[in-house]
Amino acid sequence: MEDKNLYKVPTMAEMAQNGESPEVLFWVGCAGSFDDRYKEVTKAFIKILNKVGIKFAVLGQEESCTGDPARRAGNEFLFQMQAMGNIQVLNGYNIKKIVTACPHCFNTIKNEYPDLGGNYEVMHHSEFLQQLINDGRITLKEGGAFEGKKITYHDSCYLGRANDVYEAPRKVLETLDAELVEMKRCKTNGLCCGAGGAQMFKEPEKGNKDINIERTEEALDTGAGIIATACPFCMTMMSDGVKNKEKEEQVKVFDLAELIAKNEKL
Amino acid sequence: MAIFQQILFIAVVATTGYLLFKRILRIRNNIKLGRKTDRFDNKSERWKNTLLIAFGQKKMFKKPIAALLHLGIYVGFLVINIEGIEFFLDGLFGKHRVIARFLQGINMTGFYTVTLNIFEFLAVIVILSCVFFLIRRNILGIKRFDGIEMTHWPKLDANLILIFEIILMFAIMTMNASDQILQSRNVAGYPQTGRMIFSDIFASPFYQNLSTPALIIVERVAWWIHIIGIFAFAIYVTYSKHLHTALAFPNTYFANLNAQGKIQNMDEVTKEVKMMMGMPVENEESTNGNEGEIPRLGAKDVNDLSWVNIMNAYSCTECGRCTSQCPANLTGKKLSPRKIMMDVRNRAEEVGESIAKGGKGLEDGKSLLGDYITKEELFACTSCNACVEACPVMIDPLSIILQMRRYLSMEESGAPQSWNAMFSNIETSFAPWKFPPSDRFKWADELAKEQENADENK
Repeated sequence: MEDKNLYKVPTMAEMAQNGESPEVLFWVGCAGSFDDRYKEVTKAFIKILNKVGIKFAVLGQEESCTGDPARRAGNEFLFQMQAMGNIQVLNGYNIKKIVTACPHCFNTIKNEYPDLGGNYEVMHHSEFLQQLINDGRITLKEGGAFEGKKITYHDSCYLGRANDVYEAPRKVLETLDAELVEMKRCKTNGLCCGAGGAQMFKEPEKGNKDINIERTEEALDTGAGIIATACPFCMTMMSDGVKNKEKEEQVKVFDLAELIAKNEKL
Repeated sequence: MAIFQQILFIAVVATTGYLLFKRILRIRNNIKLGRKTDRFDNKSERWKNTLLIAFGQKKMFKKPIAALLHLGIYVGFLVINIEGIEFFLDGLFGKHRVIARFLQGINMTGFYTVTLNIFEFLAVIVILSCVFFLIRRNILGIKRFDGIEMTHWPKLDANLILIFEIILMFAIMTMNASDQILQSRNVAGYPQTGRMIFSDIFASPFYQNLSTPALIIVERVAWWIHIIGIFAFAIYVTYSKHLHTALAFPNTYFANLNAQGKIQNMDEVTKEVKMMMGMPVENEESTNGNEGEIPRLGAKDVNDLSWVNIMNAYSCTECGRCTSQCPANLTGKKLSPRKIMMDVRNRAEEVGESIAKGGKGLEDGKSLLGDYITKEELFACTSCNACVEACPVMIDPLSIILQMRRYLSMEESGAPQSWNAMFSNIETSFAPWKFPPSDRFKWADELAKEQENADENK
């Protein structure tokens, strides 16, 4: 515990210089790098990676937007420029396996980069955490901070419907020994937070309600004190929703990695 | 009399065949307005989907009550139409119940009786389901049957089909009831079928007191209503949302097999980007081959979409499951995935009609974008795939929305201001937000600092 650099954040450049290669590259994503709230998720995940002793690396300043919002907003040129730039970097380092805490980055790198020459094994951090649990590297803690607490999980569209990842996040939550309560619309029927498809970067079109309010109301209806998310955009939208409903004292929005890190007292 | 009926029957069959053939050809041509896309791979998975989802109606059962009622009509439709074989032979040869006679000859009347009773049982189920559907659609006020696109023809169409089916089933029952009474009176030309329970119980009482000549007329009229009804229905279906009865199968077969989150790559853009980045470009010949005709980026009109998109539109049953799941629609935005599909179909019909008449076709000064679908609808989509997930016949409205956004962004520079700002942020700062790129790794410094502070506090 005396070690000042308990949590290391090795970059790919350093590793390559030492002739080393990581087990997995942690793709941080723009939200994980710049958004104050989501930086906490990045840090939590770094702590977990350090704790379980995974040999990982990040790209640091060499990382760049995957191009997801550009593609979904219709700007295919910009998307492909970004994608090819990233693929050059990733292939240059001979990256084989990537983990990311952003379902949008996850979907793009996993499903859309192969057409442009980027072929990697890509995992969302929920799947990665589930694997750590399966391998016994993270275990259920009795008497933890969340024991018996009501938690509801909000499915991210880009994780759920887009990639059929429904079980991993729930399995992760199970290790908290909390009470998992589902919203009325969950899994394949889950309601979007309202931010996908580049909506994050514009005002909503005219309507009678904001989507995140609709979803937040549903989450609040469960009576859960914690809304668990697994996506930076969902995190923003649900936090805004809770704030809008003036419930931020009673209801907190956390990412899966944060919950695990807290439970592990990291 | 018999020969007159025979001639009439053959004339009806020929007319139906001709009209149907023309109509199918038109729809085929309209679908072929779309661009090429390869959906011929992975045959085994495609057949599996067709069996499970189209034939087996797997996705219907997300709404169990509707699914059961629909299953009743669907099974009824499939099974009762087997009787159509006998109808057809009877009409052609001017005989009555050819198959019954044949089975009588080989001592299998019992089989005929059982089969007809199954048909009648299903006919009753179909009638009940249709009545329930009519009540549901018109009285119970179910939200997904409403919406701006569900007025006029679509609304009428939905009811007409149900009424049509009820009439057809009533014709069967009437025919069988009068037939049975004629059999009991030993009228020549009416071979014994055995008791057909449902028509005997429910329909016979109405006809019991008629004279034999009157009964023969009733039986003949019911027969003709049924057979003309089937033919008319077959043609009607091609103009109706009811076309899904046929197209649900190919539509499911050719559905997207990739992860739903994947957006189709634009290979024409890849080529250009590679050249810009000084990377080797494959398929040099095909670039030259396309010279002179630069395809439009994204979709402005139906011919910019793929043929699968247009087939999707023709397969749509307008059930509204997509729209009822759409987060944009649920919160009062203009977007309705069902409307997108109906617009594509209507535009394809309009273009096809114009071409057939020697008109301007696609060059009629109109387009899918603008005249049918507005920017506001396209910009409301969150690409959440709820509509795709909801569709029982594997329609993909999202694919159309995204292609039209591509046209807006790349050909018209018509994206919303804030999206254009996001684009330029990505170009200059490599992130959708305007942060200096040098700050990208600052979180690691922050993490180190937090630890130092934590250590000092210990």
